[in-house]
Amino acid sequence: MAWLPLAALAVSLVAAVAIFSLPETARPVRTVINLGAAVCKVALVALMVGRVSLGFEDTFSFQIIGGIDFVLRADALGVMFAGLSSILWLCTTVYAIGYLEGAANRKRFFGFFSLCVTSTLGIALAGNLFTFLIFYEMLTLSTYPLVVHAGTQKALAAGKVYLRYTLSAGVVLLLGVVLLYSLTGDQSFASEQGLDRYLDDHRVLLTLVFTLLVGGLAVKAAIVPLHGWLPRAMVAPAPVSALLHAVAVVKAGAFGILRIIYDLYGIELSVELGVTTVLAVIASITILYGSLRAITQAELKPRLAYSTISQVSYIVLGVCLIGPFGTIGALAHLLNQGLMKVTLFFCAGSYAEELGIHRIDEMNGAGRRMPLTSLAFTVGALGMMGLPPTAGFITKWYLGIGAIEAEMLWVVAVLVASTLLNALYFLPIVYRLWFCQGPAHGVGQWPDEQRLGRLETHGWLLWPAVFTALASLGAGLLAGLPFSPLDWATRVAVGEYLP
Amino acid sequence: MTWRFGLLESVFAPLAPSHWALAFALVLPLLAGAGAALAPPRRTWPVLVVCLLIVACGAWLMRDAAQAGLLRWQWSVAGVTIALRLNGLGALLLVVSQCVTAAAALYAPGFLRLESPGPQARWLWPLMGVTLFALSLVWLAADLLTLYVGLELLSLAAVGMLVLSGKPEALEAGMRYLLLTLVGSLTYLMGVALIIGHWGELELARLAEVVEPGAVAWIAASLLGAGLALKAALFPLHGWLTPVHQSAWTPVSALHAGLVIKASLYILILLWSILLAETHWAPRFVAWLGALGIVWGGLIAWRAQTLKTLVASSTVAQLGYLMVAFPLLLGPGIAPIAQSLAWQGFWLQLVGHALAKSAMFLAAGNLILATGESSLKGLAGTSRRLPLSLLIFGIASITLMGLPPSAGFTAKWLLLHAMVLEGHWVAVAALVAGTLLTAAYVFRMFRYSFDETAPRHHYQPLGRGMDAIALLLALAALVMGLLAHLPLALLQGGDA
Repeated sequence: MAWLPLAALAVSLVAAVAIFSLPETARPVRTVINLGAAVCKVALVALMVGRVSLGFEDTFSFQIIGGIDFVLRADALGVMFAGLSSILWLCTTVYAIGYLEGAANRKRFFGFFSLCVTSTLGIALAGNLFTFLIFYEMLTLSTYPLVVHAGTQKALAAGKVYLRYTLSAGVVLLLGVVLLYSLTGDQSFASEQGLDRYLDDHRVLLTLVFTLLVGGLAVKAAIVPLHGWLPRAMVAPAPVSALLHAVAVVKAGAFGILRIIYDLYGIELSVELGVTTVLAVIASITILYGSLRAITQAELKPRLAYSTISQVSYIVLGVCLIGPFGTIGALAHLLNQGLMKVTLFFCAGSYAEELGIHRIDEMNGAGRRMPLTSLAFTVGALGMMGLPPTAGFITKWYLGIGAIEAEMLWVVAVLVASTLLNALYFLPIVYRLWFCQGPAHGVGQWPDEQRLGRLETHGWLLWPAVFTALASLGAGLLAGLPFSPLDWATRVAVGEYLP
Repeated sequence: MTWRFGLLESVFAPLAPSHWALAFALVLPLLAGAGAALAPPRRTWPVLVVCLLIVACGAWLMRDAAQAGLLRWQWSVAGVTIALRLNGLGALLLVVSQCVTAAAALYAPGFLRLESPGPQARWLWPLMGVTLFALSLVWLAADLLTLYVGLELLSLAAVGMLVLSGKPEALEAGMRYLLLTLVGSLTYLMGVALIIGHWGELELARLAEVVEPGAVAWIAASLLGAGLALKAALFPLHGWLTPVHQSAWTPVSALHAGLVIKASLYILILLWSILLAETHWAPRFVAWLGALGIVWGGLIAWRAQTLKTLVASSTVAQLGYLMVAFPLLLGPGIAPIAQSLAWQGFWLQLVGHALAKSAMFLAAGNLILATGESSLKGLAGTSRRLPLSLLIFGIASITLMGLPPSAGFTAKWLLLHAMVLEGHWVAVAALVAGTLLTAAYVFRMFRYSFDETAPRHHYQPLGRGMDAIALLLALAALVMGLLAHLPLALLQGGDA
């Protein structure tokens, strides 16, 4: 079934083309296309997951130029990321339809939104570095119109910074890929033969290429000091922030680093080159720095943004622990963080839309006014801190074991410190939500209250957040079941360590 | 190197249908142009029919050239032998020229309807026909004389088209262009005279056999090079390019920036590959100029105040990409793999740029026509009101930036690969800088268009087809990156 990866990719591409060719006013048709394509995509990806669990690796490829192919391959790691992106796309689409009700330029928004998801799926399924590069750059281009969507001076300035970072990174990545190709030719991610055979003659070049590749990817993964664009990109509408932080841009960077270390260089070669230890230190610094900056933020969305910087580096850190447990932790976190973060951003957007809340000190007593939203937020926040039984706990547990196995006890210290810092910036919010007297108790007023729906807010805004919160809870509680994030992460890790 | 241009004795005689296809491909543009001058077409469909016929002839020739590897025709007129030859490269360039010219011609009726020009507008059609004829002649020519005829016709037709808008500044810029292009022709002619005087050979294939490195070859190559560089607007001889495009008609600009200047570049590399087979100084000199041109053109485009200046200056930078590849193509001691990669990258970049730049000019023309403003600031709010024109501009600029999956990307990949293999790190740096600069000026334009705070004003509705034509060109450039092995297979025709 070689067409399967291509079909999964084409669904959202066709949706994008259809949306672009419809007039701005064709709202119902656009909604149908959006939701139909999202549901189709989830179904196709579910089919791919089933096929992979049966042991098939569907591959689609054709020649671009002599010696270089365009390859889409549905392997275990790829469909994991594809599954995350397709499910979250569906949720985010529902949310975005509610969020942008009555706003301008919705055609442009949803068109590029679909392109953005196409690129993410392409990144997930790319079977070699060249294909990966194609979709990675496509992601940069398709997210720019989303970041500047509001069209304000602030948004345009943020877009400028975003492009400066990502396009420069794209060039660095391109150089790395060209250097590698000039050495090895087309190197498939599925290749049994790693780059080991070049180690003796080209050690310096391999290290340089690794630095270029990971350096190029680190910008999107927002690893310190290349994270500057992320907090600024917060001016984007809430669904965009949700997608950017949970699956699209930031995760694309992290996923790329996974691919480079596991499927391109191979674990042994990465250890041999000594690059993983350096990366682990940088990731640890990022984890602590992101948390520290998050504490100082007075507004909700920037705090979440810095929290992302910190959380995504867990993935990188887990990879660098070199051992099955670290890998399981990293992969599970790729999924779990996505679910939790998207919940938090959905809630932040709902607070802003329904009550006009942007600052944290305006959130007093919001739990009474918007109980379900606040419950979802609380689940997400506790998950970020890594409290059992949420999904975040699973991750930290495995990362901790991995660190001990790898005899890197300082990593355990980093994990503990980070958990404390997470608690420091998430617990006050939760406290305010539930235990402070606010406008809902007759003290003061909400900044800009609107009654968007019969429930606490518009149903299109509420249910996606509740769903993802439940999913992240389920990922923790039901971690032992087949096809849970942990189960799949274990499957991938076993594949990497016991080929 | 010269074999890559198909300067060989052909083994096969072309089939009879190919003779007819050649005759029609050459004559039809002239006839159609003359006909359209007598009865200017007001609708698109008659233009479409003729264009389809012409492109069909080109496609036939391309199929034949791909099968036979090389087609060759020869006539003797008054004691002078005239030879034409078509290999895969020539066929590719021929079809691309026909497609781009067809796009410009299809765009023209709608454009003229909105522009409502004076009676001189009817001259547009024969001039377009002559341009396509001259371009075809250049791709086909196998001797210096035919090349010269093609080049000269091309320059004169281009000047004629560029001044058609009749604005005083267009006339002034056009006169300057005419003067410079005549100077270029004269220099070129002196080079040709030197070659004939010294070696007595007009035909390129035989010239390649008798030519010897030495002072004569050097002087001839410099004269030819200077003349052609001036015509091709290669940095630093590009000063005439921007003013000429500032006030020219949109379809003319598209044709000129997309194709006309490329013809001079083609002749340049063709003749240098014959004359300067064993030297690396001249190609390196060109490459250095190209690197400077990338930066300079990018900076000018970045600081541009009007949309047309931006699009025209970007041509200078894009030509720089081609110039930095010169040492890989012409230099001695280049590994065959690197040379082959560079050869593919060079022509893919040229073709991709031809499609993308004409798409960009058409899209820019649409934006200017609809808003009535030529400055970048006047674009505020267009992302809401003219999303399609802007999207086309965006798709075209993906190729110019060289981002995937466009032809520009695949070409840049090939060139970078070749440069890395040969260790040309300055060229790598130039390409990287060019990418970032292109992104800088393209997105500067987009920042203006995304501005939602600007006051709204009246927008002139465009003809429906005008955006569609530009979209087709832009998409062709985009998709060509993924399907690059198709055009590249043509280039490899002589490899076996």
